[in-house]
Amino acid sequence: MVATEGPTIRERAALMLGRAAGTAARRFGRGGGTALPGLVAGALAPSLLERLAQQSGQGVVTVTGTNGKTTTTHLIASILRAHGVDPLTNPSGSNLERGLVVAYVEAAEPGGRIADAASRVGVFEVDEAVLARLFPRLRPRVAVFLNLFRDQLDRYGEVDSVGEGWGGMLASADPGCTLVLNADDPSIAQLAAETRAQILTFGIDDREVRLAQADHASDARFCRCGGRFAYEAIFMGHVGIWACTSCGERRPNPRVSARRIELSAEGSRVEVSIDGALVTLEIPMAGLYSVYNALAAAAAAHALGVPVTTIARAIADAGPAFGRQERFEVDGRSVRVLLAKNPAGMNELLRALVAGSRDSQPVHLLAMLNDGIQDGQDVSWIYDADIEVLAGRDVTVTCSGDRADDFALRWHLAGIDPAAVIPDTEAALDAALGRTPRGARLDVVATYTAMIDVREALARRAGVGSYWEVAR
Amino acid sequence: MTSKPARSIRVVTLYDDVMNVYADRGNEIALRVRAAEHGVNVEVTSVSLGDPLPAEADLVLIGGGQDREQRRIADELAARGPALRAWAEDDTAMLAVCGGFQLFGRWYRDASGTELPGAGVFDVTTLAPGPGAARCIGDILAAAQIEGVREVVGFENHGGRTYLGPGARPFARVEYGRGNNGEDGTEGAVFRNAIGTYLHGSLLPKNPALLDWLIAAALRHRYGAGTPEAHIDMLPAPYAERAHAASMAVARRRSPKFEPVVK
Ligand SMILES: [Zn+2]
Repeated sequence: MVATEGPTIRERAALMLGRAAGTAARRFGRGGGTALPGLVAGALAPSLLERLAQQSGQGVVTVTGTNGKTTTTHLIASILRAHGVDPLTNPSGSNLERGLVVAYVEAAEPGGRIADAASRVGVFEVDEAVLARLFPRLRPRVAVFLNLFRDQLDRYGEVDSVGEGWGGMLASADPGCTLVLNADDPSIAQLAAETRAQILTFGIDDREVRLAQADHASDARFCRCGGRFAYEAIFMGHVGIWACTSCGERRPNPRVSARRIELSAEGSRVEVSIDGALVTLEIPMAGLYSVYNALAAAAAAHALGVPVTTIARAIADAGPAFGRQERFEVDGRSVRVLLAKNPAGMNELLRALVAGSRDSQPVHLLAMLNDGIQDGQDVSWIYDADIEVLAGRDVTVTCSGDRADDFALRWHLAGIDPAAVIPDTEAALDAALGRTPRGARLDVVATYTAMIDVREALARRAGVGSYWEVAR
Repeated sequence: MTSKPARSIRVVTLYDDVMNVYADRGNEIALRVRAAEHGVNVEVTSVSLGDPLPAEADLVLIGGGQDREQRRIADELAARGPALRAWAEDDTAMLAVCGGFQLFGRWYRDASGTELPGAGVFDVTTLAPGPGAARCIGDILAAAQIEGVREVVGFENHGGRTYLGPGARPFARVEYGRGNNGEDGTEGAVFRNAIGTYLHGSLLPKNPALLDWLIAAALRHRYGAGTPEAHIDMLPAPYAERAHAASMAVARRRSPKFEPVVK
C-alpha cells in the first residue's frame, strides 16, 4: 500500500533518473521514443502509477477502445483547460504503463510532488489490452470506452480476448466511478451489465447518417448470449442501433445523443442532447468517427461537471491531436495527415475524405503502409478495409511505405491503379505533392510509424514543430 | 485480343460472415479481379449457417475464425462433411484457410479442450496446445508442392498445431516460418484440387500462380480438361508479382529459417 503523504525517497530518485533518461534520449534524436523516461522510472519504482493517480487530486479519467483514444483524450484535456482545470495527460499514443509514468516524470517537481496537485485531473489514454491491469491501480473517476474493433491481431491474438479481459475489472469498479459507454457498439454497451459503477451512455440518434450497407469489417456480430444482432441502422462496422434477436437485449437510449449531423470533408456540425440540454457542437475534424470521439469527450466532461456551453466552446476551438487530421501548408498545398491503423478506422477516414463532396471532386492521396510492431506486422487488414468506396471517383493515389507494393496491389484490386509506387517517404511526398494542384488538398493516409515519418517530413517542409516539441 | 468462349465458374463461399478474421475476403476480391482478366465470369453463392449447399460447385472458399466462431459452425460444417468430401473427390477446387483448414480436417481440439468435429476433407487433426504455448505468428515462405506453383508467401497466426495423417500430403514445405506445427516442416494439406493452409495475408492476391492454379482447376471441373473453355493464357500480374516478391523478402528477413525439431 502506498503511503498517503508525499513520494518516497525511492520514488523521487526514480523520477529524477527518468527525467535524466528523457533528456539523454532527446539529445540522441528520435528513436528512443517518448517512453524511455517512463520505462526507467517505472522499473525503479513500480508504485509511481498509484502515486500519479493520487496526485491527480480531482481524480483520473481513462480513455480506452480500439479507435479514437488519442483524439478523445486530447478533446477531454482541451475541455478541462477551457474549464480552468489543468489536466495531467500522457504523450499522445504512449498508452502503456510507461507512457502514463512519463506524464508524472514530466510534471513532477524535484521533490516528486506535482504543482497544484489538489486541483488537477489525470486524463490518460490506456491501451485496451493493458486496461484490466491498470484500472484497479488508477481507480478512475470516469472511464471512457469508445469501441472495440479488430486491430493488430498479430499483437493481441484475437478480438475476443481483449473484451473478455475486462470482466473482473468492471465487477470490482467503485460504485462512485462513472463508465462512459458507447451505446451503439454492443460489445461496449453490454459492459454495463458487469458493474455496479454509474453508467453514462453516448450514441448517434440520426438515422440519416447510416450506411447503405454494412461494412465488411464488423466484429461483434454475436451477442454475449450467443444470439445474433440485428440492426435498425448501422453507422460504422458493427456500431449502430442494435438489438439481439435471441435474448432481446437492445441498444440503450443514449444520454448524450447526436440528433442532427451535417458532415463535410472538413468537419461536422452536430446537434447534441446532453441529459436533455440541447447544444450545437462544431467539430473541426472530419468524419463520423470524429463525431463519436466528440460525443465521448462531451460525456466524460459532463460526468466531471463541466457546463455544456464550455464543452461546446472547447470542442470548436480544439486543434487536432498529433497526427490525427493535422494540417500543414507545403508549397501552396494543404496537406492533411490521417492515421489509419485498422480496417474500421480506414473505412471511416476514406468516407470522411469524400463526405459531402460530389463524385467528380478530385481526391489526392498519399497512402502509406508500414509493417513495424506499432503498425501491425500482418498487413492482411488492408483487405478488410473497403478501399472500393473510392472506386469510380477521380482519385490520384501514390503508394508508399515499407509495404508500398502490398498497398499498391490492394488499390489495384479495388479498381484504382496507383499513379506511383515509391517506398521512400521523402520521394513519395515529392511525387504526391507534384500531382496535387496548387490550392488543392493532399490527404496522407498512413499507418502509425509511417505517420510519424511523414509528419516529420511535413513539419520540416512547413517549418513547424517536430515530433519532440509537440508530443512531449 | 482473341475472342474467348463465354465461360464462368460456380464459387461457393462458406460462412464468410462468420469466418473472416484474417481478411480472407481478400481471396474472393483477388479471384473476381483475376478471373475477369481471364475472361471468366464468377458466380458466387454465399452459404452461411442454415443455408443449403447448392447442387454443384467448381470452387469452394472458407476463411479463418476465432475459437468462438469455429464452435458456432463446427457441427453444421461436419454435417456437410460427406457432401464436401464428395465434391473434393470429384475434383472441385477448394481453398480452406486457417480456422477453415482446421475444420476441413478430421477434428480440432480447441483451447478449452472441446473437440470440434471436422468435415474430413483432409486427413489432418489439430490440437490447441496448453496455455503458455506460443501462437505461431509471423511471415511465412513455403515451397508449394503442387504443379506450376513455386513459393507461396503470407502471414500465419494460429494457436492450433496440425498434424498430417497417412492420407494427407502437405500443401507446401516451410522455408521461413512455422507451418502446420513448427516441428515437421509441413504447411497445410492438399487433396486432389483441395488446398488447406494457414497462410493469409491475404493469400491469393499476392500469390498469383496459386490463384491461376485454382481458377484453372475450377474451369477444368466445370468444362473438362482439354476443352477450350478450360484453357487459360499466361497473363502478367505486375502488381501481384511485386507484392509477392516484397513479401518473400520480408519473410526471409524477419522469420526464422525453418529447422526441423529432432525428437
Ligand atoms: Zn442476446
